Formats: sequence, C-alpha cells, structure tokens
Amino acid sequence: MSKFNRKLKEGTPGISTASLPDIVFMLLFFFMVTTVMRETTLFVDVTIPKATEIRKMEKKSLVSYIYVGAPVKRLQTSYGTKPRIQLNDAFAEVGDIQEFIASERESHDEKEIPYMTFSIKADEEVKMGTVIDVKQELRKANALKINYSTRKGTY
Amino acid sequence: MARSNRELQEINAGSMADIAFLLLIFFLVTTTMDVDTGIARKLPPMPEEEQQEDDSQIHARNIYVVLVNSNNQLLVEGTYMDISQLKEGAKAFIDNNGVLPDLSDNPEKAIISLQNDRGTSYKTYIQVQNELTAAYNELRNKAALSEFGTKFYDSSKSQQKIIRKKYPQKISEAEPKNVGE
Repeated sequence: MSKFNRKLKEGTPGISTASLPDIVFMLLFFFMVTTVMRETTLFVDVTIPKATEIRKMEKKSLVSYIYVGAPVKRLQTSYGTKPRIQLNDAFAEVGDIQEFIASERESHDEKEIPYMTFSIKADEEVKMGTVIDVKQELRKANALKINYSTRKGTY
Repeated sequence: MARSNRELQEINAGSMADIAFLLLIFFLVTTTMDVDTGIARKLPPMPEEEQQEDDSQIHARNIYVVLVNSNNQLLVEGTYMDISQLKEGAKAFIDNNGVLPDLSDNPEKAIISLQNDRGTSYKTYIQVQNELTAAYNELRNKAALSEFGTKFYDSSKSQQKIIRKKYPQKISEAEPKNVGE
C-alpha cells in the first residue's frame, strides 16, 4: 500500500513531445509524395463499371482521359441530362476529339507517342452509341492504344 | 555589437509541430490514393478506302459470333445466352482443337466476333469484354501453369510471348450498326 502511495506522490513525468514534429513531418512527407492532385474538375457524372479482369495502368503521364457521362446535377438545367463528352476542362463534341488527340500528342515527346494510351472513362449507363463514336474518332486519328477504365469488383 | 548579440537568439521551434500538422491535414484531405485500372484494348486501324474486307479466308467454324442487342441481351452463335455462360462458352470454343465440328480448329485460328447495337449499355459491353478477357486469361494461365509452372502474368516476357502465340487474343469488333436506340 505504502509503495503505491509513494508512487502517486511522485506524479507521472510528462511524455516528451520533442519528437512530435519529427513524426508529423515524416507523415507529411509521405502524403506529399503520394498525393496526386486532381487535374480536371469533372462536369460529368462518371460511375465506371466493375470488372474482374483488370490490369493496372502503367506510366500515368502517358495516359489521357476521355470522360463520357451525363452532366452533373448543378449543370443539368443548362446542359440537360443527355450523356456528353468531356475533354480536359470543358464539354466537347465528338468532332473535337481529333483536335484533343493532336494537342495531347504535341505535349509529349515524339518517341513517346506510340506508347500513349487514351483511357475512356464512361459511365455505366451510357449507351454504346456515344462510345462507338468516340472509338471511331480515335481510330481516325490513329490512336489505337485504348483502355476502358473499370474498377475491381463483380457485377 | 548589439546587433550581433541579437543574432544569437534562437527561433522558437515550438510551433513547428502546429505548422506541420496543418500541412499534413491539407495533404491528407487532398490525397487520392486510387490507382487507375482498366481493360486494355487495341483498336484496329481504319480500313483503306479501296480495301475490301476479305472474310472468305476464314472458315465459319473459326468465328464465334457474339451479338448484343439494345436490350442488353446476348445472341451467341445464333442462340440466346445468359452473360454468366459466356466465359465457359468462349473457352470451349477457343480450346476446341477440332473436336466438335462447329467450334474452332485450334486456338490460333479462333476469332471472336463481337457486335453490339448503339443502344447497348456500356455496362453490358464491359461485362462482355470482361468475360471474353477472362476466358483468354484462364486458358493462358492454364497453359502457363502446365508449361512453366507459373501464372501467365507472373511468367517472364519471353514465356508470355510463347503463350500469347499459342492463345492469341483475337476479338474483332464489327463496324457498328443501328437497330434502333
């Protein structure tokens, strides 16, 4: 009993917080390195379909995205609910894809062009008609390496 | 002299943790950890103007026709099929090796012809693509396991090449046609 009391009187020594900044900095650097900032603001709602046979995409810098989906809620009053294509930061028509491909190619090294991939991020509910149009444009521009963006899961 | 004395003063580092926390929270919130995944495909080049499609070289038994209509229903080789059976059906067709008379001669000659309506939903299209890819992946895995003792994607580049040659993934997509959206 007396032993216990004595201990209480001494009081617990405070934990040193001197190394706290170091720990926090370590975490900070981890998140800084792994962070990928979202480059584009999405104007279309995209729920990508699920699939099981998926592969990871290599070399993110060589991938360009084509979004297809219905406009987001706040834009539906002015743009309607019909699925639309989004390239970079704006809505686009099928005819704009050629130009988009050309500008994407221009921003890359000539040697890298054959390895460039165009990833189609389309919503599950989109009809194939729109996707077919996009694919035909890609074929016309000779951008044959494509990727259907999907997430892991069983349908 | 007074100035040099002031220079010796140390900066209080007590608020360093606070600043670091602030930054940490910012990066925590903005981080997106998702890795992009998907099904890779290679599109066929646009046909030349004068070039005529020459299908006569390919025997009908070597083509596995998959049609998808605007109601997302499948017609495989002339009969209705549920999507859950497609993988087994495709596997039987590819790996037939001339046993059954209406399925393929061998995996190298086997071609899967996929045609979908403009009204087909993208979800169904991806499911069909996924099932066909799964059929090929399973066959390739089986071949790789029996020959090299590893799964297809775990084996070396040259081994993958051998398996790819044995089971080439030939999925041909017909020019789209419109049967009413």
